[in-house]
Amino acid sequence: MICLQYKLVKPFVIETFFNDVKLEGTSHLIVRPEKLSICKADMRYYFGMRDAEVLQQRLPMALIHEACGRVMYDPTGKYKSGDKVVLLPNIPGEDEFYDENYRLDSVFRSSRADGFMQELLRIRHAQVVPYRPDLPDEVMSFTEFISVGVHAVNSFGKISHERREHIGVWGDGSLAYVICCVLKSLYPDTKITVIGLNPGKLQYFNFADEILTVNQVEKKAKFDHTFECVGGAGSGAAVDQMIDTLKPQGTIMLLGVSEEHVPINTRMVLEKGLTLLGRSRSGREDFEQAVSLIENDEAFLGRMKYLVSAAIDIESINDISKAFETAKTADFKVVLSWNT
Amino acid sequence: MIFAGVLAGGIGSRMGNYTIPKQFLLINDRPIIAHVIDKFIVHNYIDYVITGVNPDWYRYMLDIKEKYYKGVDKLVIVPGGSDRNSTINSIVEQTKKMSGSPDDILVTHDAVRPFITLKMISENIDAAIKYGVCDTVIPATDTIVYSENKEYITDIPLRSNTYQGQTPQSFKVKLFEEVYSSMTDDELKIVTDACKMFMLKGHKVHLVEGNVSNIKITYPYDYKIAQIMMENLQDDMFTV
Repeated sequence: MICLQYKLVKPFVIETFFNDVKLEGTSHLIVRPEKLSICKADMRYYFGMRDAEVLQQRLPMALIHEACGRVMYDPTGKYKSGDKVVLLPNIPGEDEFYDENYRLDSVFRSSRADGFMQELLRIRHAQVVPYRPDLPDEVMSFTEFISVGVHAVNSFGKISHERREHIGVWGDGSLAYVICCVLKSLYPDTKITVIGLNPGKLQYFNFADEILTVNQVEKKAKFDHTFECVGGAGSGAAVDQMIDTLKPQGTIMLLGVSEEHVPINTRMVLEKGLTLLGRSRSGREDFEQAVSLIENDEAFLGRMKYLVSAAIDIESINDISKAFETAKTADFKVVLSWNT
Repeated sequence: MIFAGVLAGGIGSRMGNYTIPKQFLLINDRPIIAHVIDKFIVHNYIDYVITGVNPDWYRYMLDIKEKYYKGVDKLVIVPGGSDRNSTINSIVEQTKKMSGSPDDILVTHDAVRPFITLKMISENIDAAIKYGVCDTVIPATDTIVYSENKEYITDIPLRSNTYQGQTPQSFKVKLFEEVYSSMTDDELKIVTDACKMFMLKGHKVHLVEGNVSNIKITYPYDYKIAQIMMENLQDDMFTV
């Protein structure tokens, strides 16, 4: 059937396209995206902050890789029409030696394939995770984002040494918030210090044990491990502070995306025997664990609700532009109620 | 229950060289009518899709069902009547066999408007429940000129008050029955539009916003446009 797609054709310009969503076959189900959440990666495309070459290569492309939706049609009968599901944005590549999300031939939406700004999607069963209908769709829309936090914390658990009494999290945005919430749930006995810039946003982290602004950080070793959720131009300064404040053999989890190369004080990394570990994407197990956290951990769900800074009804292309403009100044996540 | 009625009574006399009715022409290797039926099948408010087809093409339509909708219980095919309203009536008769509830809603749609969106369907259902009957329209962009004798202009209505009618047209089944049964033979000959029929019998027809892309494939030109709209389809990496 013929379905609408909304694609970014060049920065700031979204146009409608049509796609043929096939009904036949039993390998896929048809899902209607209902709530979409804007990620920084989408904003970099929308506002033209990617390399001209990348834009030239990838546009036109439908944006957004965080969404939940409703099953409209499942020929296998596994799902009923109307079932709520979280949508997974990646198809794992084939080399199972690597984690599914890092394989070179993995395909990721709103990066090398169209994202969720579409009327209907034909997707595989492995690309949806069902959730209870009473859970707030606004929160479920950014399950992908939460799952990245889950993935990072799980990787941290596998790699870092086991003295985890005090962790420092750099950043005051959505990612830092999710990391703190996941740490709070999975490592309830660990002391968490948040280090950020914006005092207004830092107020949301009231469940953390200590909140500091970057200029309050003393140059002494106090953290067993740290998480970098800063990204952009601030990455370098944040990593510097981490190296200064880490105890020996600590782990630096690098999670913030930067368009620039970040210089790192390798001398001190060597001297302290630090481990630097990068994590960005998540796999199916991380999604399932994220949904399970939301479903079963009341405090976690309660905290996730504060991440919804704005919910915008989308009826037209103008509304999409409005949502991206809102995302520029919003404290945390902007959720799109997809009604096009 | 909520029914979709796909109107495929036409035999395509305006489609140039094609001898097959236009709703059976292919877009991207799928009959236009199947693109339409798909949308109603996946819409989760719709209980059944009843397709009223010209009796001469009934067998052909059954074969489409066999080919594209094996095991899909939601699709029903009925032979239509000699004109649009009698085809709707055949569909209405079928809804009575399947439900007959006074709350039943019928969303009728042209078999040759494959660019219909889920949003239009939802808004039609909401409006039919709330107001009894509704019509899908877009604001007229060309000035509409009205002439009664095909020679001179009788009237030029104010453009801001004029719209172009599309489909779906949706209504309570019970209301349609009342209206249709009260139409005289003469009235039925002149009135080809379901909403006009409702108006004639004193019902207010609510407007629902359509979409410029919801084109009706009537002439070869439209068919060409539809194919161009579907051009440059990229293989969706997620569906292979």
